[in-house]
Amino acid sequence: MEDQRTHIISALVLHKPGVLQRVAGLFTRRGFNIESITVGTSEQEEIARMTIIAKGDGKVLEQITKQLNKIIDVIKVRDLEPENTVKRELCLIKVHSPTEKVRAEVVQYVNIFRGHVIDVSPETLTIEMTGASDKIDALIDLVKGFGIKEIARTGPTAMSRGIKTI
Amino acid sequence: MRGGEALLKSLENQGVDVVFGYPGGQLLPLYDMIYDSDLRHILVRHEQCAAHAADGYARASGKVGVCIATSGPGATNLVTGIATAYMDSSPIVAIAGQVPTGLIGNDAFQEVDTIGMTMPITKHNFQPITSKEIPEMVKSAFYIAGTGRPGPVVLDLPKDIQEQELDFENDVKITLPGYKPTRKGHPLQIKRAASLIGNAKKPVILAGGGVIISNSSGELLKLSELVGAPVTTSLLGKGSFPEDHDLSLGMLGMHGRLPANFAVDKCDCLIAVGCRFSDRTTGKISEFAKGAKIIHIDIDPAEIGKNVDVDIPIVGDAKIILSNLIRAISQNKMSNKSMEWVNRVKNFKQTCIPKMSFDDTPLKPQQVIREIAEAVDDDTIVTTDVGQNQMWMAHYFTSRKPKTFLSSGGLGTMGFGFPAAIGAKVAMPESDVVAVAGDGGFLMVSQELATVKEYDIPVVICVLDNRYLGMVAQWQNLFYEKRLSHTHLGESPDFVKLAEAFGVAADRVERPGELREVLSSAINSGEPTLIDVTIDPDEILPMVPPGCGLTEIVGEYKTESNNSEDVPYHETAKERAGD
Ligand SMILES: Cc1ncc(C[n+]2csc(CCOP(=O)(O)OP(=O)(O)O)c2C)c(N)n1
Repeated sequence: MEDQRTHIISALVLHKPGVLQRVAGLFTRRGFNIESITVGTSEQEEIARMTIIAKGDGKVLEQITKQLNKIIDVIKVRDLEPENTVKRELCLIKVHSPTEKVRAEVVQYVNIFRGHVIDVSPETLTIEMTGASDKIDALIDLVKGFGIKEIARTGPTAMSRGIKTI
Repeated sequence: MRGGEALLKSLENQGVDVVFGYPGGQLLPLYDMIYDSDLRHILVRHEQCAAHAADGYARASGKVGVCIATSGPGATNLVTGIATAYMDSSPIVAIAGQVPTGLIGNDAFQEVDTIGMTMPITKHNFQPITSKEIPEMVKSAFYIAGTGRPGPVVLDLPKDIQEQELDFENDVKITLPGYKPTRKGHPLQIKRAASLIGNAKKPVILAGGGVIISNSSGELLKLSELVGAPVTTSLLGKGSFPEDHDLSLGMLGMHGRLPANFAVDKCDCLIAVGCRFSDRTTGKISEFAKGAKIIHIDIDPAEIGKNVDVDIPIVGDAKIILSNLIRAISQNKMSNKSMEWVNRVKNFKQTCIPKMSFDDTPLKPQQVIREIAEAVDDDTIVTTDVGQNQMWMAHYFTSRKPKTFLSSGGLGTMGFGFPAAIGAKVAMPESDVVAVAGDGGFLMVSQELATVKEYDIPVVICVLDNRYLGMVAQWQNLFYEKRLSHTHLGESPDFVKLAEAFGVAADRVERPGELREVLSSAINSGEPTLIDVTIDPDEILPMVPPGCGLTEIVGEYKTESNNSEDVPYHETAKERAGD
């Protein structure tokens, strides 16, 4: 296989019902490997921005972009260059932390990773962490030992660095 | 005005004069409004046939075909026809009824998620949530269906919206910011292609359905003659180039003509126009046109590089690109380089003239096709069903004009041929229309005999009756040790009696020489007619097994010049084809 790479695809789509299904359905139908997909509003009210993380070689990527472009509700598609892209993911982690000692340790990690504790209960701490996906992975790894109750991740969202827009 | 009336008015504004449909509960308001309108409505006997008829209408005329069905089961019955149109890039607008907006999502009676269900088999689909949206949606639907790479569009119309009042505006504007088909090819790519073609010693053109859709048969002929490039076609490209022309190679692929398969194998430059390199056309991809630089012209950028790696991609409308290509080549005065190649191909073609005359009983399919060809004229529209009947026709029937050979290529839908013929005849009442079908496929849609009788649509149906699901039986014979699992159809029905029960004229043909006259007089009678043609079930079509290269043909390739010696013909053909 020619260079199997993880691609960050940014797409502008009409903010209409069914658009996510059209895009996600295309990946299933064409047998493309989709790792995550995020959608949300953009700077324009009637347009949403999607960030799709997908794995494949150059040929697969070419097909993905071309097939996406064929969807009538898709306005623009770009494969972002990883080195010129800012990419962030949000993750919430609920950690089992029944004792003062565990709590202190978790908070310390969270500070090092520049996360926040956003909820506390006698049994748990909930951490919010925004950053690169591998950083989130690392934090999860660190706190795993205490017992993780729940994780919710958004999948990365991204845009080009600097003045460039898609 | 109410939503349904707005729909009808919008259809009228699009120039729609006929629709193929079937009513139901969720379409009662719309059908009530059709009652008062001038729209011609043809009641088919199964919704699948409404979609196929709209498809046949579109393929024969180049206009957008329209079909209508109710929600739920009506919509699901449309699906096969929509998928068929999608695979073959045929422009249809399918209108489905839907439960009232307040009930959507409640599993209401006859509710189905038509939008979700048709998303992967349409170019686009719409569901209005207020009647105000209807005029713009209809206009967008026709624009999307008929432009760029054509395809089906679905309009899902909730019952309450059909009745909701709106102020109708004739002059609606459509906004489709994500839809901008490229028409003009990139000038630099065209220049590069011109110089590649100009320097080629052994060029071949592969023409697909896109040539027909873009009306560029004239340009195709010009290019072929200008550079001395023989032309082969895909199944859907049949008719894009006159098949009796010196430079015609006939159809390429699994059931293609030997000279076509060999020429593509040997060529040094393949100019592919408006085709999508289906596996049925290319055979094993790694063996396909191995020694050739490939130029691919297509309006859909996603087709380029999808199946075959291409040296020079050109995205745009085939007519515009071919004209520019011809101009660029003429300016460079580069023609006549390939005369040696042309002569070699012509000589090879001479030794490969397929044998079509047989005086056997039961009738050999080749003889049947020959007699059909003799009974029809150049403008006759022939449709085929799917199976051996289709491949006999594709292989042996000489098509001379675009839009006269209609067949389900991509989806390979049994039951396509007869209803598509109905649509074609409605679209082109001046043309004769002949449907060729197998007995299996015809039985899937035989209820449409009622439609042709009721509306007096004079198509002639030739049922090639071998009492087998012939094509599947052929594969079982060749690849499954002759274990004919569930492909024998038994002795019933009597097709002549079946047709007569519907009040349709019918005849049976069993011996060589009979079909020509029976078919001619059926055509001239101006009445719908069924002809039951008893054929030899044991005749096998030569083919390239799946996964093999285009020249690895199995089955005896009968030609006028081989007197059925023991050597499989393609072995000697390989030698004669040279290097
Ligand atoms: C709707 C549908 N079902 C099944 C098939 C698979 N299939 C392809 S060819 C064929 C046999 C067709 O038999 P018949 O209509 O008698 O035509 P023949 O091959 O004998 O000419 C079948 C079952 C199909 N193409 N379409």
